[in-house]
Amino acid sequence: MPERSPVLAVIGAGPAGLAATLAAAGRGVRVVLVDSAAEPGGQFYRQPARGLGARRPKALHHQWRTWRRLRTGLDARLAAGQVTYLSEHHVWCVERESPGFTVHALLGPEQRESVALRADGVLLATGGYERVLPFPGWTLPGVVTAGGAQALLKGGLVLPGRTVVVAGTGPLLLPVATGLAAAGAKVAALVESADPRAFAHRARSLVGAPAKLVEGAGHAARLGWHGVPLRVRHTVLEAHGTERLESVTISALDSEGRPVPGSERRVLCDTLAVSHGLLPHTDLADGLGCGLDGVTVRVDEEQRTDVPGVWAAGEATGIGGAALSLAEGHIAGRSAAARLRGTTPDPGAWASAARTRTRLRAFFAALDGAYAPAARWVERVTDGTVVCRCEEVTAGAVRAAVGSLGAGDLRTVKLLTRAGMGWCQGRMCEPGVAGVAGCAPAPARRLLARPVPLGVLAEPADPPPPQ
Amino acid sequence: MVVVGAGMVGAACALYAARAGLDVVLVDRGPVAGGTTGAGEGNLLVSDKEPGPELRLALLSLRLWAELAEPLGAAVEYEPKGGLVVASTPEALTALTDLAAGQRAAGVAAVAVGPDQLRDHEPYLAPGLAGAVRYPQDAQVMPTLAAAHLVRVSGARLETGRTVTGVLRGADGAVRGVRTDRGDLLAPAVVNAAGTWGGEVAAMAGAALPVLPRRGFVLVTEPLPPRVRHKVYAADYVADVASDSAALQTSPVVEGTAAGPVLIGASRERVGFHRSFSLPVVRELAAGATRLFPFLTDVRVMRTYLGFRPYLPDHLPAIGPDPRVPGLFHACGHEGAGIGLATGTGRLLAQVLTGENPELDLTPFRPDRFAESEEAAQ
Ligand SMILES: Cc1cc2nc3c(=O)[nH]c(=O)nc-3n(C[C@H](O)[C@H](O)[C@H](O)COP(=O)(O)OP(=O)(O)OC[C@H]3O[C@@H](n4cnc5c(N)ncnc54)[C@H](O)[C@@H]3O)c2cc1C
Ligand SMILES: Cc1cc2nc3c(=O)[nH]c(=O)nc-3n(C[C@H](O)[C@H](O)[C@H](O)COP(=O)(O)OP(=O)(O)OC[C@H]3O[C@@H](n4cnc5c(N)ncnc54)[C@H](O)[C@@H]3O)c2cc1C
Repeated sequence: MPERSPVLAVIGAGPAGLAATLAAAGRGVRVVLVDSAAEPGGQFYRQPARGLGARRPKALHHQWRTWRRLRTGLDARLAAGQVTYLSEHHVWCVERESPGFTVHALLGPEQRESVALRADGVLLATGGYERVLPFPGWTLPGVVTAGGAQALLKGGLVLPGRTVVVAGTGPLLLPVATGLAAAGAKVAALVESADPRAFAHRARSLVGAPAKLVEGAGHAARLGWHGVPLRVRHTVLEAHGTERLESVTISALDSEGRPVPGSERRVLCDTLAVSHGLLPHTDLADGLGCGLDGVTVRVDEEQRTDVPGVWAAGEATGIGGAALSLAEGHIAGRSAAARLRGTTPDPGAWASAARTRTRLRAFFAALDGAYAPAARWVERVTDGTVVCRCEEVTAGAVRAAVGSLGAGDLRTVKLLTRAGMGWCQGRMCEPGVAGVAGCAPAPARRLLARPVPLGVLAEPADPPPPQ
Repeated sequence: MVVVGAGMVGAACALYAARAGLDVVLVDRGPVAGGTTGAGEGNLLVSDKEPGPELRLALLSLRLWAELAEPLGAAVEYEPKGGLVVASTPEALTALTDLAAGQRAAGVAAVAVGPDQLRDHEPYLAPGLAGAVRYPQDAQVMPTLAAAHLVRVSGARLETGRTVTGVLRGADGAVRGVRTDRGDLLAPAVVNAAGTWGGEVAAMAGAALPVLPRRGFVLVTEPLPPRVRHKVYAADYVADVASDSAALQTSPVVEGTAAGPVLIGASRERVGFHRSFSLPVVRELAAGATRLFPFLTDVRVMRTYLGFRPYLPDHLPAIGPDPRVPGLFHACGHEGAGIGLATGTGRLLAQVLTGENPELDLTPFRPDRFAESEEAAQ
């Protein structure tokens, strides 16, 4: 009987998952690439749905060439039968079996039916999601996440609004603002709370990352070209509107993070795109029992988690951009291919990816320090501000839970106020609630990565044996 | 006095002791309700208890909960919604009817519901069930809110984030207070309300108390319009609760909550303090719930959580003074009923602490009742 090749399930078809797939396929393992989106690409290379007939989607992407290479590589491996790609598969749980794993995924946009896939190894490349901190007026229609605005643009080629303010902090704001401007929106302001000088202080660790700097400069140049006013060390104090967003008040911040009196200005807009950085997806890793370092999945030099047979790469292991995700994915894929065949990989084979990884991790560590959300943002969240939208919990209720009911941690605040118990399970509001409560932003345990119908749970799918 | 543990039981002990005039300090290494209290459900049940000491404690406790609900009902989300225990087969119905007869004799209100009337009480129940018994006394609270508000109204001094590391004893062996990671707290009486960790606190005072964890998972659905009116569960639940088996047992207890989600729980397993997710357990809960309420098939589970019930070998809590250590009192080991039994426990303990005669016989709950068998084992 011929020995069957081991099966590696790669979850997430963003830069990390694609790089991992290309690195592992053709090296003696069969890859099943699973992603919840309709098209591969992840957040960075998000693709317009085919039916939209986009003429020049590359106008929205720099690094278009890297994407072409990934896409062509994937197509070749699909054609060679080395990879199975399963789109619109929402993984809700990865179960440890002995031996191997079962990946459970809900199908299609409806997410009513589930399939079970057997695998010998699992590679988590689930990326990250946006952090948005609350401020008065942030729940008005017309206030969207920066990534959400960008996803609308990349995935559907639609503009979220006509006059947009992009605000918050982090390297994401710049590409979002340029993307919107290029697509014809009037970007009334880019409001960044960080101090660019803080970034300059860390310049030494940036020397090794010219590509990133060039990209950043490119964005800044394009901003100038589109006439977008850039307001650094500014913040949005409040969003105004009755039915929906009509304007925002922005203000300069002093070196302590306090609004500078007299610097407030109203800016008219119908859309406010906000973001305060990204957070890694760790639900599947947590459910598997993988160790976490704070809010990121812990990995070793080979991108292995501390659960044997489980690798993690890309933003699930720490926020660091598409290029870092590519490097980590490549290393993880090479390691998995070797280890699943029972051999020890040679790190020399991925030396260049490892150097990129070292450089970019240092770069993003510096960036992360520079792009911290405005100090004292919590002070500007009024008691009446809703901090958890799903359950409509106000900042005042959270403060009362801490003040008079003795809550000292996020979990207790949640149990006392229901903040974070709604549809998003705290993915949206956890950082904001933690900030208002004044406690550490401990990630909640979400043992199910997606809501699952009881009927699906009640009828155990008997997984087919690995092909 | 010092109460160790700010879970539901510690909160109730603090409340009744303070009302009896004692000066109370409540210490917890975490926040309020950070232990099992924040990881379980809030059923206040008489229906699942066989006649005996636990049922007597439950009846007392439910009376006290109703009293507390006068001022605090809304704050702790108290709902006297009643329970409906459903039998799917004629055999199960016979067993259930027998149990109900015994419970009635012990003072429980239990009303037989014929198969034709089932839908009057629960319109969405599955067809073809044999019958049910309705228990109007069953109620529910939101445990974390309940613990937090009981602490608040008690006026006790709350010390969270403070770990008890030892029990101080004088030359005569009597308790003098506790040692913590932030200094000593002196008091002539110490109450061990440390739940699943009660064995550790007892050991600090040199007393053995074999409290062990029994894991349970709960499923929480998306918010729904009210469709489940009672606490509804299958009759085999009663057998599970009293069971001695270490194997997994699941019995679907289905209940709606004020906030909209339906809670389904809970499984019972003895697997130590294992926090890892178990899909087979969750599947069994889901299967049980959809058997009772077919409409749930299309309803999504938003999350699952788990907790560790504190249990003692005979499934009764330890309540009262420890004859081996003067000044040490226990109030722990309530297993899957610590929310319900907390009020009675607090009241009885306050009575002993102030030298009153407790209104229930505490003999079945003696903390040293396992000592003989342990000595025999040595
Ligand atoms: C909203 C958003 C916008 C961004 N915009 C920019 C930008 O404009 N410029 C820039 O330089 N960087 C941007 N980034 C950062 C950039 O996307 C990342 O650096 C890069 O895409 C990370 O690659 P990755 O492979 O680690 O994860 P991702 O690209 O995020 O890919 C993860 C993939 O996993 C899938 N997935 C996650 N969970 C599951 C599950 N349970 N089941 C199945 N599939 C799952 C997702 O659908 C996704 O396709 C953005 C990030 C986000 C979150
Ligand atoms: C899934 C599940 C469902 C349940 N459903 C129900 C139900 O419907 N109805 C019901 O009545 N019961 C139910 N229970 C049982 C109930 O939750 C427990 O019996 C009850 O919470 C026990 O309360 P406690 O105060 O004794 O313990 P806990 O709430 O665990 O409190 C003990 C406290 O002691 C503290 N502590 C421990 N050691 C130390 C130390 N050294 N120093 C300082 N502090 C310390 C801990 O931090 C903890 O906060 C359920 C349990 C589970 C797991």
